Amino acid sequence: MAAKVIFDENRCKGCELCTTACPVKIVVMDKDRINVKGYHPATVKEMDKCIGCASCARICPDVVIKIEKEK
Amino acid sequence: MAVIFDKTKGLTDKTFHYCPGCTHGIIHRLVAEVMEELNLLDKAIGVAPVGCAVFAYDYFNCDMQEAAHGRAPAVATGIKRVHPESAVFTYQGDGDLASIGAAEIVHAAMRGEKFTTIFVNNAIYGMTGGQMAPTTLVGQKATTAPLGRDENHAGLPLRVSEMLATIPKAVFVERVSVHDVKHIIQAKKAIKKAFQAQMAGKGFTLVEVLSTCPTNWGKTPLESLKWLEENMIPYYPLGNYRSPEEVR
Repeated sequence: MAAKVIFDENRCKGCELCTTACPVKIVVMDKDRINVKGYHPATVKEMDKCIGCASCARICPDVVIKIEKEK
Repeated sequence: MAVIFDKTKGLTDKTFHYCPGCTHGIIHRLVAEVMEELNLLDKAIGVAPVGCAVFAYDYFNCDMQEAAHGRAPAVATGIKRVHPESAVFTYQGDGDLASIGAAEIVHAAMRGEKFTTIFVNNAIYGMTGGQMAPTTLVGQKATTAPLGRDENHAGLPLRVSEMLATIPKAVFVERVSVHDVKHIIQAKKAIKKAFQAQMAGKGFTLVEVLSTCPTNWGKTPLESLKWLEENMIPYYPLGNYRSPEEVR
């Protein structure tokens, strides 16, 4: 059940709400980079663990996240 | 790979001006998703308030109109009466709706105007910098209540949903929250039912959404979600107050 989280990174304001919604705790803030707004953007480093529940996308206040999933 | 979640067509591509972690963005998206799912985007007319959501007309991908402070229900009344086939909604904060616009919302409900109000309650005036609102909780600090709201001086917070639910023609009234994913899904269901009840011509419909204001609460976005759950929900209980047969 492969799934993928895609971030429209430059819309991210670094609020971290998505990090609390992820049931497998793979959404993290990328402390090594900043986006055009000057925030550490949300990212996923262990994409193979994603279950495609879209919880991160549903709690994101800035419509940053798109989810793809294999059928 | 199939896309299972993407930005709704009900929103424009413009980035929200809201502060980081402000849940206005979630509520905008839910309203837009509902309009897309019900196929209402071509006949929807929204009325924006004065307050943090004053630029809502830039974000919703449907016809929009700006109203004077608190007067969105009066403007929506005119729009819906001239265009009865359209889906009309107002999007108002607690400073707009519960304070300066209290008369307009009560009388629109009393007349049973057939539009939907999305009432965003974050217990404070956001845009103007954190003054006490009618909905500010007892003990909650605001710039105009630096020691916290004193009930002997400012009274008790106004429960808008309970008040409006006493009005016979307010046919759909529900209070929801967006502090976690489960409640966000429930909030969307309530907004959908409100629009369905409006389109069935039942009467006035309102969804009160408890929301956060990290900036003026002086908390991080994550602390704000917790504060909402622990402090606002006990005073503003979630649930349906009025619902017509058609959408139950």
